Order: sequence, then C-alpha cells, then structure tokens
Amino acid sequence: MKILSTSTVHDAASIPFLRIEPSRGWRNLGLGELWDYRGLLYFLVLRDIKVKYKQTVIGAGWAVIQPLFTMVVFTLFFGKLAKIPSDGIPYPIFSFAAIVPWGFFANGLSQASGSLVTGGGLIKRIYFPRLIIPIAAVLSGSVDFLLAFAILLVMMVYFGITPTFAVVWVPMLLLLAVVTSLGVGLWLSALNAQFRDVRYAVGFLVQMWLYCTPIAYPSSLLPEKWQVIYGLNPMAGVVEGFRWALLGTDTAPGPMLIVSVAVSLTLLVTGGYYFRRMEKNFADVI
Amino acid sequence: MSENTAIRAEGVGKEYYIGASKTKYQTFGEAVTNTVTQPFRKVAGLIRGRAAAASGLEERIWALNDVSFEIKHGEAVGIIGKNGAGKTTLLKILARITSPTTGHVDIRGRVGALLEVGTGFHPELTGRENIYLNGAILGMSKGDVTRKFDEIVDFSGVERFIDTPVKHYSSGMHMRLAFSVAAHLEPDILIIDEVLAVGDSEFQRKCFNKMEDAGQSGRTVLFVSHNMAAIARFCDRAILLESGAIVEDGAADSVVSGYLMASMGKAAHQEWPEFESAPGNECVRVSSVRVVGANRVTAESIDMRRPVGIEISFSILKKELIFVPAISVFGDSGTHILNALDTSPKWREPQEEGDYRVIAWIPANLLNEGTLIVTVFLMDIWRYSGKPIKYAFITEAVAFQVVDSEGGPSGKGDYPQHWQAAIYPMLEWDTTRA
Repeated sequence: MKILSTSTVHDAASIPFLRIEPSRGWRNLGLGELWDYRGLLYFLVLRDIKVKYKQTVIGAGWAVIQPLFTMVVFTLFFGKLAKIPSDGIPYPIFSFAAIVPWGFFANGLSQASGSLVTGGGLIKRIYFPRLIIPIAAVLSGSVDFLLAFAILLVMMVYFGITPTFAVVWVPMLLLLAVVTSLGVGLWLSALNAQFRDVRYAVGFLVQMWLYCTPIAYPSSLLPEKWQVIYGLNPMAGVVEGFRWALLGTDTAPGPMLIVSVAVSLTLLVTGGYYFRRMEKNFADVI
Repeated sequence: MSENTAIRAEGVGKEYYIGASKTKYQTFGEAVTNTVTQPFRKVAGLIRGRAAAASGLEERIWALNDVSFEIKHGEAVGIIGKNGAGKTTLLKILARITSPTTGHVDIRGRVGALLEVGTGFHPELTGRENIYLNGAILGMSKGDVTRKFDEIVDFSGVERFIDTPVKHYSSGMHMRLAFSVAAHLEPDILIIDEVLAVGDSEFQRKCFNKMEDAGQSGRTVLFVSHNMAAIARFCDRAILLESGAIVEDGAADSVVSGYLMASMGKAAHQEWPEFESAPGNECVRVSSVRVVGANRVTAESIDMRRPVGIEISFSILKKELIFVPAISVFGDSGTHILNALDTSPKWREPQEEGDYRVIAWIPANLLNEGTLIVTVFLMDIWRYSGKPIKYAFITEAVAFQVVDSEGGPSGKGDYPQHWQAAIYPMLEWDTTRA
C-alpha cells in the first residue's frame, strides 16, 4: 500500500489558523468561504439533477408535463370560459410564458425551504458553509427550467412569434427569479430548521403567491397607478418581463421591475444575514 | 499559541436545551387556556429572538463544561468515556459542526473530520459518482479526487461495481467504498468518530495500517472510540471525559486501563488493613492482592510482551494446616482463561505461623489483549481427597489490562489488530520438509 505522502515539515505561514468561538448576533455572509466551496455546490447540484428522475418511468418528461398541463387547464378555464384578456397574444402562450419562470421560482422556493432538513445528514456530520444547501436546492431546478423553456420556444415557433431584441433581458429576469426564490428560501429554510410549521406553510404560501402573480391574467388588468405597487411582488416583474422580452407584449416593465429588483435584493440580503445568524444552531435542531 | 500546537481548547462548554419545561395544570380550564395561549407565547419568543423559548424547550444540560487541553502536531489522541460523556459533542465543536456556548478553540492546520463514513453517499448514484461527491463533501477538490481515484477504488476493492448505483452494493461494500474515500483525505488534523468498526477483519486491518501511516506521516489524529484496545494501540495519549468534563489526560494505555477498571469497579491492588474482616478465617488471613510488573510495582496495564505477577500477601495463623496459593484468571466476558497453583514442595507441608508473600508469574507472550480479572485462593488440595478445602477464596480480587502498545514481536507477530482468543502464546514451531 502506498503511504500517504504528506510532508511533516510545516511552513508556518502556509498553515491555516482558525479560532472557534461561540457565535453571537449578526455575522458577515462569508462569501469568500462560499466561493472556496463552489466545488461542493457544483457536486450537490449535479447530484440533485442526476437523482431527480431516477427510477421514474417518464423521467425528465415530468419537467415538461407539469407546466404543459397547467397551461392546458388555464387556457380552458381562464382563457376560453372566463375569457380573461391576454394582451393580444394567444392565451396558451401568454400563460405558458409565465408558467415557465413561475415553476422555476416556486419549485426552487419549496425545495430550498425544506433543504436544511433534507440535508440534515450532511449538516450534522460535516462542516461547510451552510448557505450551499439552499443555493443548491434552488439551482438544481435549472434543468427542469431549460426543458420547459425549450417547449416555450417550440410554442413560439408554432404561434409564429418572433422575439424582439428585448430577448437579451431573459437571463437577467431569470436571475431575478433565482434571487427572489433564494431570498425567500433562505428565510424559510432557516425558520424551518427550528420550526417545522414552515413545511405546512410553504405549500399555502406558494399557492397564494401564484394567485397574486399575473400568470393566468395580465397585470394590465390593474389600473396604471397600481402597476408600480404590483412590483412589490417580484414575480410580477419577472413574469411580465418574460412576456415582454419573449412575446413582445407592450408591458415593458419599467418602474415596476425596479421595485421588484429592490424587493428581491432586500429579501436575499436579509435572508442571508438571518440564515447566518441562525446557522450555528442548525446541527443541534435538525 | 506555540508553533507546534495543533489544537488548543480553553474553557470550552456546550449547553443544550432538552425537553419541554414541565408545568402541571391544575384544572381542565387551565390546560385549555394554556393550549390556546401557548402559540402566542411561542411567537412572542420567536420575535424576541429566543429560539429555545419559542420551541418550549427550557430544561438545559451542559454536554461539555469547561474543557481545556492542548494537542501538539503529530500527536495521536484518543477520547474515551461513557455514552453521553460529551465525546461526540467535543468532536463536533472541533469539526465546526456546532458552535461552543463558552470558551474557544484555536486550531492550526487543515481539519478533516470523519464523524460517520459515507456521509452524503446517494444510493441512486454510481460508485464513481459517489466518490466525487463524497470527496467534495469531505473537502477535496475535483483534481484531488481524480488524482487519487484509482488508489481509492483499489483500496476499497469494489472495482467491478464502480459504475453500479451504490444501492445495489452490499452494506460491506458500501462502507468500504465510503471509508476508502475518507482514508485518502490528507488534512493536517484528522478527527475520527468510531468509524473503524467497518467491514471485515481484512478491511479493518487495511484501515488500521492507513491510520498508522497517517500518524507516522506527522498528522495529528483525534480519535473517539469505544474500542479500548484500539485506543491503547493506536494513540499516544488519551483524554477521559465524564459528564462533559475531562477527568483524566495522560498516556493512552494507563488512561484506558484506569477507565476500564473504574467502570468495572476493580483495581489492580486490593488491601485489607483490618485483620478481623480480611478474607480468610481463623487459620489464615489475606492482607493484600496486587498485580505487579517485572519491577514489582503495581501495574494496571501490562504489555502482552511482558510478564505479569499476581502477588498475594497473607498471614498463617495455624501451623498444622496446608495452604496452597492458587489463582484463576478470567476474561471480561467471563471466559475462564487459566488456573494455576503453586505446586512447589514447600506448600505440601504445613508452614510456620507468620506473614508470607507469594507472586505467581504469568509469562510474557501468553495472555491476549483485554481486561483480565483474577480470583485468588488459599486452599488445601493435597491432604484431603474429594473436594479441596478453601481457607480463603477472593473472587475477582484484582483486575488488569493486557495491552499491545509497545510494538515488536509478540505471539501475534506484527498483526496490528485485536484477534479474538483467550491466550496468545509464543510457541516453538518445528518445521521440516516432508
């Protein structure tokens, strides 16, 4: 057997020094350390993606079936029966363009909320920046998003919609969805570690949030002056942004999107600090 | 903190909240009121940032209390103690999994902690994928893992199944693969919790070799185990924890022996200063029994390569009788290992009244590792047919530990592990070519 080849001569300068102390109050976000552990983040996301549809018959088909069926139901009931307006574009693609980013957000949010409890085995046994766990949970929905997005592109071809130059904003809007999802996910995951009430609240929260977001209906239903306030729901900004960037609706999200970005960043930063504050107890309460 | 200190803990304590506070409700009304108001009180606690109050946990326990120690680079230290003594809590603080409530720890060097093998293994992923994932979890970079990949697979002995999902592995294969990844970590300080008890004996031997390599290559090792023989063999030093505090810190074999003996309520030396109540009868009284090393000093632990003496001191009160000193040695699980009696002509005759001291020497390279318990007799087996007459009979008079800590040739050769057997004699082996 090969003997481990670690040199016994220590260069004092290269040896890391660490002080472990009781942590009290607020701490910094530890972004540098998070960066050092990016390899672990990569493998955890990879694991979640690889494992997600193992031992299923339809496999990744689920990533497509869910939004498609939601769209069909929305089109039937809201589009055909309730005759909800759709900013002058065919209702199916109108709703689908919103369902795709919403699905990514909602899925990321619920995965992140439960992530600390699901990942409890790791947290109780190994040290790493705990922030990695909810981040990985949100990011692991990205493959599902890409599959659903591909269907969206196919539908755009079918309905003969050519995207405008605004399509370059899609990645930024997606990032906004990620930030919102993670921001709320950080709050809820840290709370869920201590109070499992969160598990029951999340489903309800996502459902309510869905109703409050212009997915089945356009935000143009609201009077002009309320539009900016509607941006307090960052997903309203994301969804209307998607329609504008891809479908060319005239809902160019100006002030509304700025409000959304501000709310979303606030959620992320406060969520991050709250998470870091609660983090010292995770191993003891999970 | 000096240059060659790897870990220094000062006044480390850890308080846990356990269980709900016990409140008795006198009336049904009070109980209902409480059920209704409790959520509000909890939310109030939450808003004020008092997580424990919000969870209704008020009873507290100090799992660790004012623990201080210093470990030098290259030391192999065992941490022992009963379940609940705080061993795992201490390791979790050192590994930064949980934070201390009081005190601080300074650590110089990269820490690798192995609190359970196979942490993060996913049953649906293949062996190969799990090696990378587990490596990342343990803090290895992708490059590190790739470089050591063949070595890891080779060490685990699961080459054929490396591209099979690990859920199809036997539990042994699973453990072996998991340990192999961990064994290829190269931190400056290695923290291990009871993980060596995996796999078959062949694999355990490989693990021990790997641990010893780690120790020899100057790595600091902290090792929690209930396997006392392993601690005595592998560690230079041991720390004994009891109810969250350090009660002993010293050379591994003596701390281990002391702990084992104390937990059995046995000692290597027993004395009866009161003549009247000493074991025996009006014909003979035993005043002390001790376990001694070659230098005739009381010894709680003896290396298996050294002789050990059982010393019996007694006073003969009646001169017409015959007293044959005898011992029985038992293993800690009750195995009767040997009987021995003094067959010298002296004890076939009655002896003068007075004080005597006999030592029964158990030769080197005979006893196996473990706790041994000695029963002592003074009896007459010569003059009476049928049952011998026991004048003094002291069951479980003394106990001692046989350890394998010195290294070098023994009945076991250089086999590094515990190999179950009552005795381990060095025999004459005669080989001829037939």
